[in-house]
Amino acid sequence: MSVTSLKAKLMQGNQACAEGAIYAGASFYAGYPITPSTEIAEILSERLPQVGGRFIQMEDEIASMAAVIGASVTGAKAMTATSGPGFSLKQENIGHAMITEVPCVIANVMRLGPSTGGPTSPAQGDVMQARWGTHGDHPVITLCPNSVQECFELTVKAFNMAERFRTPVFIMFDEIIGHMRERVVLPEPGQIPVVNRKKPEVGPESYKAYEPVDETLVPPMASFGDGYRYHVTGLTHDETGFATTKPEKMAAHLQRLHDKINNFLPEVVDYEEQSIEDAEVVLLAYGSVARAASRAVKDARAAGLKVGLIRPITLWPFPGEAVKKAAAKAKAVIVAEMNLGQIINEVRVAVEGQAPVYGVLRADGEPISPTEILAKIKEVL
Amino acid sequence: MNPEIAQYYRVNKLPHIWCPGCSNGIVVRSIVEAIDKAGLDQDKTVIVSGIGCSSRAPGYMNFDTLHTTHGRALAFATGVKLAKPELNVFVITGDGDCTAIGGNHFIHAARRNIDLNVILFNNNIYGMTGGQYSPTSPTGTKATTAVYGNIERSFDSCKLAQTAGASYVARGNAFNTRQLTDIILKGIENPGFSFIEALSSCPVYYGRRNKKGGPADMLKWQRDVCVTQAAYDRLPEEKRAGKIITGVLHHEPQPEYTAEYAKIIEKAQGGNG
Repeated sequence: MSVTSLKAKLMQGNQACAEGAIYAGASFYAGYPITPSTEIAEILSERLPQVGGRFIQMEDEIASMAAVIGASVTGAKAMTATSGPGFSLKQENIGHAMITEVPCVIANVMRLGPSTGGPTSPAQGDVMQARWGTHGDHPVITLCPNSVQECFELTVKAFNMAERFRTPVFIMFDEIIGHMRERVVLPEPGQIPVVNRKKPEVGPESYKAYEPVDETLVPPMASFGDGYRYHVTGLTHDETGFATTKPEKMAAHLQRLHDKINNFLPEVVDYEEQSIEDAEVVLLAYGSVARAASRAVKDARAAGLKVGLIRPITLWPFPGEAVKKAAAKAKAVIVAEMNLGQIINEVRVAVEGQAPVYGVLRADGEPISPTEILAKIKEVL
Repeated sequence: MNPEIAQYYRVNKLPHIWCPGCSNGIVVRSIVEAIDKAGLDQDKTVIVSGIGCSSRAPGYMNFDTLHTTHGRALAFATGVKLAKPELNVFVITGDGDCTAIGGNHFIHAARRNIDLNVILFNNNIYGMTGGQYSPTSPTGTKATTAVYGNIERSFDSCKLAQTAGASYVARGNAFNTRQLTDIILKGIENPGFSFIEALSSCPVYYGRRNKKGGPADMLKWQRDVCVTQAAYDRLPEEKRAGKIITGVLHHEPQPEYTAEYAKIIEKAQGGNG
C-alpha cells in the first residue's frame, strides 16, 4: 500500500498510528509484543525498512523504551507502542527521556487493568498513569484520538510536538479505537506539516547542550556523531548537561522543563466542542466514549434537551479553561469514561464548584453506550 | 597527563568522584588507550553507561556520552548502534548494573551479537549505595546486606556472555593494564558483541569489610591470582585453586546485527539482499 495517494482507505486504528509515524518521518521503532497494541509493531516491522528505517523487537518493555531514547539521541525520530502493563514498565525510562529532553513518541493502546486485567477489553484506566506514572515532577503531553483518522493525524502531531518541545509525547487510545476499522483519508506528503527538532547553530566549542537560546526555552539538540561530544544524563543537570546538586540549578532545571510547555499552552491544548453554546448539561468524554457521548448529545437535542460535549484531544495538558467556561452556564457536568473515575477529578478541579459533576463510569471491559449517557442526562436534569 | 591521552578526557571535569584507592580510573585509562590505538574517530564514538560508580566514567570522557538508568545501558546502546551503525559504541557497566538489574539486557544483547564494546568493571560489590553484595560477590562475602556472609553463588559473567552468544569475551584486571588495554583493543576490532570483564577493586566498601587490605594489597592480589589460560594449563593441579583466568577467553566471529539489518533494508526496498 502507498501513503502517497490521496484516497479513502479502510484501516484499523493501530495501522493508522503506524502509517502516521511513517508520515511524520519516524525512522526507528523498538517494542515488545503486547495486546492490544501489537499490530503497530507488526506493521512497522514491515514498513520501516521500506523507508530506510529500523525496527527492533527488544527483550522487554523497559529495553524498548531505552532503545527508543538511544535512537533519538542519534537524531532519529523514534517511537514505541504498548499497553497498560508495558506502559508501567516503561515509566522509569520515560522519566529519563523527560529529564534529558529526548524527543520520542509512546503509543499506549489502553486495556482493562490493573495488572494483566482484560488484555482484549477496552478501558481508559491509564490516563492518570500518563500524567504521573514516572516519578518526580514533570510536564506531560498526551493526545487522545477518537477515530482511525485521528489515530493517523495525532500520531503525526505527537511526533511534531515531541520534536518541537523536546519531550516524550504519549498518544493514548483505547482498545476500541485501536482495533476499529473505518474510513480514513491519507494526506499527501506536505499536506500536514512535519516538524523537526532544532539543531545547534553554534560549533561544538560554544555549544551548551541544555542552554535554551530563545523564548521557546527548548535547547537545540545535537545528534550523537555530529562532533559535539556532549553529555546526556538522567541526573539533574545544569545548562552544560553535567550533573549538579546546587539547589538553585536543580530548581531552574525543573522549572524550565515545565515552562517550555506551560508557557505555550494555547499551542498545545486541543479540544473539540459540540453544541456547547447553550448547554445546560455539559458532557465530557474522550476516545471511543466521546463517540457515544456525541450520539447522546444528538439524541438529547432531538428530545429538546440542551446538552453539549467537550472532547479533550489533549488529555494532558487538560483543557481546564474550556471546561470551566462551559460549566459556568451549566446546571450539571457529566463525565463519561471507561474507568472508575480518573479524568472526572480533573474536571471537578476545573469546574470549581460552579455545577455538580456526575460520572458515567464503567470498568468492566464493555463500552459506554449513548443510552447510558442519555439516562444520566435525564436523571440529573 | 600525556596530551595524546588527555584529549580523550574532559579534563575540566576532574578530579573524579571515586574514592581514593578505587581502580575505576585505571580501567578508564585502558579504555581510552585502546580507543587511541584502534584509531577510532573521537566524534563517531559514543560511551553509554548505566548507574553505579563505574557508570560515572563517561562524564569524564570526551566523546558523546549517555548516562542512562540502572541496568539499561545495553538497551540504550542498542538503540544508538542500530539507529546509527557507523558509530563506535562502548558500554561501561558494573557488576550489579550488568548482571543483576541489567541481566536480561546483557544476555539478549550478547545473543544478537550487536557491535557493542562492553566493559564490565567488576568490583564485586555495590559501591555507590555503600557496600551491598552483588551477583559477583563470592560466597561468604561480608556486605552491608550480608553481615553474616553472602550465601549466594556468584556469576562468572564471562561464561554467561559466551553462553548467551557474545562473539568475543575476555577478562583483564586493573593491575595488568597492558593486558587490559590489549584485550579491549581486540574487542574493538571484533565486529560484534565484545564483552570484557575488568576486575577492579573497591577498597572502601569491599576490601575493608572483607579484610582484603588497602588499595595496593587488592591490586597485588589481582597480580597473584590472575593467570592466562596458557599459564594456568602449565600449573600443577594443586596450585590451580583460586586462580582467575584472564586474557581472551572466547573469539568466534558471527554475523553482526546491524550488518544483518542492512540486508533487511535492502530486501524491503526491493533488492536481492
